[in-house]
Amino acid sequence: MRRFVPALALAVLAFALPPIAAATKTSFLLTQATMSAYYVLVSLGLCALMGYAGQISLGQAGFFAIGGYASSFFSTLNLEAAAQAPAVRLFDAAGLLARGVDSYGAPILSPSPWVACLCAVLIAALIAALIGTPVLRLKGHYLAMATLGFGIVVEKIVRGTKALGGADGISGVPAFTIVPGLAVTGGRQARSANFTVAWVVLALGLLLLENLFRSRSGRALRALHDGEEAAGAMGVDTARYKLKVFILGAVYAAVAGILLTHYNGSIGPGEASVMKSTRYLAIVAVGGMANLTGTLVAGLVLNFLSLRGVFGSFDDGVFGAILVLVMLFGPGSGPLGIRRRAR
Amino acid sequence: MRSELFVQYLVSGLIYGCIYSAIAIGFNIIYNATGIINFAQGEFAMLGGMIASGLAPKMPLAAAVAVAVALTAAAGVAVERIFLRRVARGGVLKMIIVTIGLSILIREAALLAWGESIRTLPFFSGNEVSSIALLGAHFSPQVLWVAGAIALIVGALGLFFRFTLTGKAMRGCSANRDGASLCGIKPDALVTLAFGMSAAIGAVAGCVVAPLTQTHYAIGNVLAVKGFTVAAFGGLGNSAAAVGAGLILGTLESFSIIVVPEAYKDVVTIVILLAVLFVKPSGLFGSAAAGALKEY
Repeated sequence: MRRFVPALALAVLAFALPPIAAATKTSFLLTQATMSAYYVLVSLGLCALMGYAGQISLGQAGFFAIGGYASSFFSTLNLEAAAQAPAVRLFDAAGLLARGVDSYGAPILSPSPWVACLCAVLIAALIAALIGTPVLRLKGHYLAMATLGFGIVVEKIVRGTKALGGADGISGVPAFTIVPGLAVTGGRQARSANFTVAWVVLALGLLLLENLFRSRSGRALRALHDGEEAAGAMGVDTARYKLKVFILGAVYAAVAGILLTHYNGSIGPGEASVMKSTRYLAIVAVGGMANLTGTLVAGLVLNFLSLRGVFGSFDDGVFGAILVLVMLFGPGSGPLGIRRRAR
Repeated sequence: MRSELFVQYLVSGLIYGCIYSAIAIGFNIIYNATGIINFAQGEFAMLGGMIASGLAPKMPLAAAVAVAVALTAAAGVAVERIFLRRVARGGVLKMIIVTIGLSILIREAALLAWGESIRTLPFFSGNEVSSIALLGAHFSPQVLWVAGAIALIVGALGLFFRFTLTGKAMRGCSANRDGASLCGIKPDALVTLAFGMSAAIGAVAGCVVAPLTQTHYAIGNVLAVKGFTVAAFGGLGNSAAAVGAGLILGTLESFSIIVVPEAYKDVVTIVILLAVLFVKPSGLFGSAAAGALKEY
């Protein structure tokens, strides 16, 4: 039962913290706590990939951006001009479209956020599957460089594409109504509810991984981490498991990207930057690599402090220093697993 | 395409190719000595250009460049001595993470020291408007400095590895570290030297190209990926092939803007990188059999 404790604690905190914050007049902190939760979700996905399956990725921010951008692109797409087209009318009749008015009062007809969200997750998973197949045949330096290259490609594309807002990104992303009365959106009234949503999503994400690692797939992944050839010799289909966990990590990043984008109401190309990918990596490293709870705690604390601006102009430097220090002085001369594999 | 324009693109591509080759050679020297890919390699070129541009107003240009190269080499030595030596036996993943962390720290230090502004160096000969005509196209004389510097580096390295005792010891060390130790070679000192040399070469490249392309605290990342693309394209560890691969890649990138928008120029290189890694990880000039034995 011990494995459920962190997820359970998260779920309890998700409901307990807003009233406490309201009572102590610190509700303003909930905004950053909400954003932290979404960023931690990305690191959890990376933890599954790196810590458990032993595959490094320096392109996780790419999947975050793919999710966020795809969802904002679809949910801000105005189909009003094509409203009479048969396909659009069919979608409308099926309830897949949402109506609204823009800031000038003109009507907007857009895909509903649920549709946009599902499309975004599918796109991220599809891209992960497509690039994962060749990328995961690589090891070590080449794998690191290929994933880094993927991250840079995503950043350059979103920065250079007009339809995605170029350097400004996409703003005016509508609220994501999960069920009537509960929407992922910024703003003061929605703050407590959104904090609860984010932390419950995080708890669910954690629970899913905890269960996965204790299943047959989880044992296969750990065998893969300890020695790919040995795992292969024992009958583990290494390529398939690696691809599965790569896609899973991409979906975690994409879901986080989607929810955070709807929460903030906007997304910019900075979310796809290499520095963001490195931050997710630093959090997994300081959490102990193959340690979901460690990643969770480290991620919540570091992201929260970073978003509160505690590190000031040393913000990126702090994460660089963490990477170096953890590797140099981490417990037992290094996080779990790496040492075992090297010697 | 008009012939002047063709020549213009070609020369611009070759110049970028020279810079990527220099970075790739830096990767190769360290890779041969240690088996590590130094993800902070691009930061050395950034440091070289930034230090020189900071010093240029205060002293003659040649002195500024010399000091910049010396300081960057010292930074390379420090990176190895202070950080990498401690994790030398920690495995590939750990090395990757440490060098990434260091690249962030170097970049952030540069940001604190010099700010976000784009900087430049004075032209080594002539000024912004002086030009050389070739087949109807016009170039800055700086182009010759870039090509000359890279030619000099490649030539000097060739002589160094072939004829000097230290160079031979480094080759011996990369072929068989234990065997080299048995012959009385001290691998540790050579690894330090490799980092110093690699950083110095990066700094020279960063300085000679700065008048043409300007420099900025954040250029290291993309330079590292492109330099690595060239190193992998030529075959990791093979510096002569890196020059050929660099010139090919620079030219491809330069001509790519005919078909792809300028904003996607970097995407072209990285797609080539991914293609090389997927199709022929041993590189264009490397043998697949030898590649299979290496631990990347």
